[in-house]
Amino acid sequence: MKLPALAAACTGLFGLATALAFFYAPTDADQGLSQRIFYFHVPLALTSYVCFGWGAWKALGYLRTRRESADLESYVAIHQGVIFGALTLLTGSIWARISWGVWWSWNEDQLVLFLVLFLFYCAYFMLRFSIEPGPARANMCAVYALFGAVLIPVSFLAIRLSKRFIHPVVFNSHGPQMTGAQFLTFCVCLAAMLGLFATLYAIELAGKRLDGSLRELKELLR
Amino acid sequence: MNNYPADVAALARKDLLLELRAKETLPSMLLFVVATLTIFHFALPRGTSDVAARGLLWSALIFTALLGLTRAFVAEREQSMFDALILAPVDRSAIWLGKAIAVLAFLVAAEVVALPAFAAFFHGLDGRTVAAVALADLGICSVGTLFGAMAVAGRARELLLPLLFLPMAIPIVVGGVGGYLWFLALYDAIFALLSWAAFEYVVAEV
Repeated sequence: MKLPALAAACTGLFGLATALAFFYAPTDADQGLSQRIFYFHVPLALTSYVCFGWGAWKALGYLRTRRESADLESYVAIHQGVIFGALTLLTGSIWARISWGVWWSWNEDQLVLFLVLFLFYCAYFMLRFSIEPGPARANMCAVYALFGAVLIPVSFLAIRLSKRFIHPVVFNSHGPQMTGAQFLTFCVCLAAMLGLFATLYAIELAGKRLDGSLRELKELLR
Repeated sequence: MNNYPADVAALARKDLLLELRAKETLPSMLLFVVATLTIFHFALPRGTSDVAARGLLWSALIFTALLGLTRAFVAEREQSMFDALILAPVDRSAIWLGKAIAVLAFLVAAEVVALPAFAAFFHGLDGRTVAAVALADLGICSVGTLFGAMAVAGRARELLLPLLFLPMAIPIVVGGVGGYLWFLALYDAIFALLSWAAFEYVVAEV
């Protein structure tokens, strides 16, 4: 069985990531302890992009192959993406409160981008649950998921156009602006977060597939 | 595909003719946009800057477009015309293009009234804003028509379209308020192409 091994590896990695973030990474001279939320906030955000991208990829796969499983996989990936996105908004908001003194800042492009995406992908669920299950629903959800993947760079550009900078830009064209210890911690945290996504994705997918087979069995028995 | 432009023209003509006879969508869009601008006049404090007023123009236009888009597929839904359209020997994307052109015509007609009204109620209008509105219309109609076709398949219908469409409209508002014409043109190109290609899947199994 692959799932327990994956879950165990993810738990281990997450423990390591937490330990590194709190005890190994140096304390930020400027922001103090609160800067350590960076090691969770940024990996959460990147993971949720990965989720949305994966969901769009699966949606494209569905439109090409018409396999029902691709539709389910796309849905599960986007579901996970919305959860990670909500956590990104939450951690970002906490960090903003501590470091800038406000809960929300429109000047901050990443937060606003996430709000747009969050609204967009919440509507995905409204769409999905207001249409009868079947190939028509799978088609529309796939098209919508693809639009989401295109909306990410377009919104990013739009928000860049509309705001002034106060967000700390950690990654720029000169590479990551971090010390070695910080960068190592960050990478481990990112790996842990991606592992968490993979695990949750596998669990939800297994559950949903079980649901599906159970329903089929029930139909057969009737 | 041999007669694509003629198919599109016939489909657009059908929608325009329907509207000409029934007069359902356009009068309500016109009334709505003027009423909205009036409300905005009272919502804004006295002596507000041009920039604030321009922002309200964009919200009025987006909501007016939404009103038109919600009505766009009503006939198809109520009289099950979708089946007939899909059975018709035309490329599926021609259905989208014909509908988008009809919606665009309604929206432009509403704006022919709304923009002068805005100029009279507030601080006038510059050429850049008019150009931005024209570009934004293309994006609104192409994405809106596709999402409108999705929304009528759902149970929540009228409720669903704003939820699907408004997040997509945020970049349009950013580009419109800032007057970034190149950005609006880019948005139009990307999403018109995507909607044109995707429409086939949306109506494939209705």
